[in-house]
Amino acid sequence: MDPTLLRTPLYDWHVAHGARMVEFAGWAMPVQYTSIIDEHVATRSSVAITDISHMGRLRFEGPGAAVFLAEMLTRRVADMELGQIRYSLMTNDAGGILDDVLVGYYHDSYGQPFYMVVVNAGNRQKIVDWFHAHLPRERAEIPGREVIFTDLSRLWAMFAIQGPRSIDILQPLMNADLQWLRYYRGTRVQLLHPAANRQGGIVSRTGYTGEDGFELSVGAEIAPAIWQAIVDRGKPYGIVPCGLGARDTLRLEAAMPLYGHELSEQIDPFEAGLGFACHLTGYDFPGRDALLKIQKQSRSRVRVGLNLTGQRVPREGYLILRNGQPVGKISSGTFSPTLKKPIAMGYVVPDAAAIGTELQIDVRGRTEPATVMELPFYQRDRRKA
Amino acid sequence: MKLDPKSIQYTSTHEWIHLEDGPGGTKTATVGVSDFAIQALTDLVHIELPELGRTLHAGKPFGEVESVKAVSDLYSPVEGEVVEVNASIAQHLDLMTTDPYGAGWLIKVRVKSGGSQSQLLDHATYKRQCEQAME
Repeated sequence: MDPTLLRTPLYDWHVAHGARMVEFAGWAMPVQYTSIIDEHVATRSSVAITDISHMGRLRFEGPGAAVFLAEMLTRRVADMELGQIRYSLMTNDAGGILDDVLVGYYHDSYGQPFYMVVVNAGNRQKIVDWFHAHLPRERAEIPGREVIFTDLSRLWAMFAIQGPRSIDILQPLMNADLQWLRYYRGTRVQLLHPAANRQGGIVSRTGYTGEDGFELSVGAEIAPAIWQAIVDRGKPYGIVPCGLGARDTLRLEAAMPLYGHELSEQIDPFEAGLGFACHLTGYDFPGRDALLKIQKQSRSRVRVGLNLTGQRVPREGYLILRNGQPVGKISSGTFSPTLKKPIAMGYVVPDAAAIGTELQIDVRGRTEPATVMELPFYQRDRRKA
Repeated sequence: MKLDPKSIQYTSTHEWIHLEDGPGGTKTATVGVSDFAIQALTDLVHIELPELGRTLHAGKPFGEVESVKAVSDLYSPVEGEVVEVNASIAQHLDLMTTDPYGAGWLIKVRVKSGGSQSQLLDHATYKRQCEQAME
């Protein structure tokens, strides 16, 4: 393994537990411990834990933080209540997507409110630079409207505990009553474990799997002990560690976009089907004027889901055809462990995007039939939750 | 059939080959994928194998195997004609994992005499190559 790669606080644990480590966005990360399909199935049927400490976590506080973020993110944030989390985008001046982020509003152990913006690992430096470029000292130090911006990414670890049994495992480890924590809500918690050394953490009911679950942030130095405590508590439920391989198949079944695949600076939010995350009539943020124009124009392509009848797996970059003519490209494809067949998302011209449209995919020179289908591919039964 | 992995030969692209004397002085090659490669791929979901009678060329693809993460070409170690295809494999990809040198074989090829052949490695040499790849 390349020794210059960044390591999360769980690196040694991953290696000791047989993980196959790969480079991901400059980090050494586990792609799988055993089999991607087994780790995927454990998440859907019971519970799995994934190290997501490579994600960027940026903290904003001070009396000017709310307005500053409102002027940087596509989504409204100034009206957020404590404990609320929103999915948002960040766009460049042309309206291209710089990143997709989660912004949460919490309070720290001193009762100080702050915003936490979770960004993709591969975009962290770009986004940090973008924030700094828009927050010169004269802006950050306006009396009464100060903004303090800190990159916490290396100081805090973050785990995703996902699956229908995740609540049973996490609940005994924290003082907050998790059953009242709604989807896209988070809270500061006390960790009820000696190794926590009276440190707290932040837990949120969020995830990237389409399953019920939580994401937990804890200090880097206690992270291995807390991770081990969760794994130990999860043993009766068959908890498994889950690598980035299954994280990808899970998010794809849930039709969640992934930066670098469904999202890029060359793609705008409307093409990506993320218009809901753009609030264009409030604060002025980079790209807002461009997005107001783009919103009124006709699209040149849109994101769709594809249902395949064959066994071949569509991969990123494969051409999508209609009557032999290219109409788009695959952005992500895999074999769905839940549906036991290949699935894919891609971008096609709008008149090939209607549900039920019959298309073909060029799989290494052979055409495979595909039909446009409604997303997501998988939705959990919420009545059980 | 159950081959001893130490007694067969390998390509640098992870196929194994077992050569036997066939009728009329010809040679028949049985071809599969090494245990090392199967362990590295994991999560096999589909395989494409050639039809009977197809002519294969050494070092050229004869099929493809799909795993959850990636698609990989299978390369023929020899030149010749496909005379048998393992009919159970498509429905039982797990045979490639559980019995890679036995029931997990893929194709048999009637080797063209004087035809092209990939560089074949003995077990020890192949093992060294795999160990180096792991580092």
